[in-house]
Amino acid sequence: MSWKRWSLKRSPWVFHVNTGACNNCDIEVVDCLTPRFDVERFGIKLVGSPRHADALLVTGGVTRQAAPRLIRAYQQAPKPCVVFAIGACACDLGIFHSGYHMVGPVDKIIREVDPHAIIAYVPGCPPKPEAMISGVVRALAAL
Amino acid sequence: MKVTMQKPVLPVGPVHPLQEEMEYFQLTVDGEIVTDIDVRLSYNHRGIEQISETLQFDQVPFLVSRICGICSASHPLAYVQAVEELAQITPPERALYVRTIINELERIHSHILWVGLAGHFIGYETVFMWAWKYREPVLDLLEAITGNRNNYGNVKVGGCREDIDPELVPEMLKALDPIAQKMEMLTKAVLDDPILHARLKGVGILSKADAIRYAVTGPTARASGVPIDVRRDDPYAMYGDLDWNVITQEEGDVFAKAVVRLLETLEAVKIVRQALQQLPGGPVAVEVREIPPGQGVGHVEAPRGETFHYVRSDGGNRPVRHKARAPSYVNVPSFKASCIGQKMSDVMITLAAVDPCYSCTERIAVVDARHGKVLYTYEDLLRRSREETERIRERFV
Repeated sequence: MSWKRWSLKRSPWVFHVNTGACNNCDIEVVDCLTPRFDVERFGIKLVGSPRHADALLVTGGVTRQAAPRLIRAYQQAPKPCVVFAIGACACDLGIFHSGYHMVGPVDKIIREVDPHAIIAYVPGCPPKPEAMISGVVRALAAL
Repeated sequence: MKVTMQKPVLPVGPVHPLQEEMEYFQLTVDGEIVTDIDVRLSYNHRGIEQISETLQFDQVPFLVSRICGICSASHPLAYVQAVEELAQITPPERALYVRTIINELERIHSHILWVGLAGHFIGYETVFMWAWKYREPVLDLLEAITGNRNNYGNVKVGGCREDIDPELVPEMLKALDPIAQKMEMLTKAVLDDPILHARLKGVGILSKADAIRYAVTGPTARASGVPIDVRRDDPYAMYGDLDWNVITQEEGDVFAKAVVRLLETLEAVKIVRQALQQLPGGPVAVEVREIPPGQGVGHVEAPRGETFHYVRSDGGNRPVRHKARAPSYVNVPSFKASCIGQKMSDVMITLAAVDPCYSCTERIAVVDARHGKVLYTYEDLLRRSREETERIRERFV
């Protein structure tokens, strides 16, 4: 394991990108920060810029307008960077799979610019905060 | 002074974690004062109305509950009411009570969520953490009824999908007491706080005339002294039979909007308690065999205002036209009236005050009226908003 990957496993800072979600995954992501779940205890922190992030939390299937912005956010994040596809829409577009304004799930868009990107999936509509925390823990253990 | 908008600036970088969805606001400023505002939408356009026309009548509620995760009880209810009007279906009384309970619990969680976010925008993190902490028991109740914290998927044409377990009712009534107590505490804490008074009063005023002119709905209208509420004006579910009040304030500023929302949560607790106490027995859904040709409309008072659905059927098993209009769509243009002439540091909270649903004021670029160049990013605005609160706080300490 390179020291870069090892460093990712300690208190990951995450950045949240909404690429066309319905707000649900987003409020559950924020919910992880608030007193009942309080992930900041573990050093997991939401940061305001992808340049500070170790991981991107992407919610929502990617719409035509959001795709270039997601790619830019990914390119700005320092590598290695873990991308978490949070929720059914981000994993495989979910109920919006036939929408004319959707360009694809998150992994497809990210893999177009970086075929070796590390992508983790947290399914659910919306995933419960417990599921998100478990997803982050398991992804970090697998690194 | 005309602004040359040769380069739309879309900073994906400064997305704040609390900003939920993509939206682009372009403010034109003269020094410290905002002179114009431009809003761009459709980052989140998913083509829901088109997808809806490819689904069967019974599948559409699952889709429309995902229009907005926070209004995920109101949209399906409006759709289902439209289909029930079309097909002349009367759902059983118990289903109407269950719908009322779920919609009011949703209103509590949505309003408290807003109070927390408003606290965050002005740099009052205590309000944010408190509000979200006290919101959790409400989500637990929703989970107990529907099996999910959000996206309940509980309403269907002809009734409800899940019934409230009769054994749960006494426990739910018991769980309502601490919720009501905490809501009262939060309301008093906000109303008594001299810093919040100084920070929010007189900020982002939407006058009654402007509220009517922009046809705003929901708490945004009620805070400006326009007493409209679908629950009272055209009662659906069981609202006509329960005892509750429409909350209005006259001032139209951000403080009035906060007061309306906080007092509405207390009314919502009252409604849920009455509905649980009066919950009748009987089935929770009637069987629906086919949807005849025709058209129907349904409207529901969502936490942010009136949501409206129109459905047309040609007698097949899919709607041939489904139109949804969400409350934020009429509330967002009122920024033109409430933001222009404001100080930069007040813009953030003014934009947040209508609780835009598709959009929590995410993309902001400030253009200097004289040079047409971008001055501030979203983060600068948030920082300025917090500095203003800090200055006020120092005056009181």
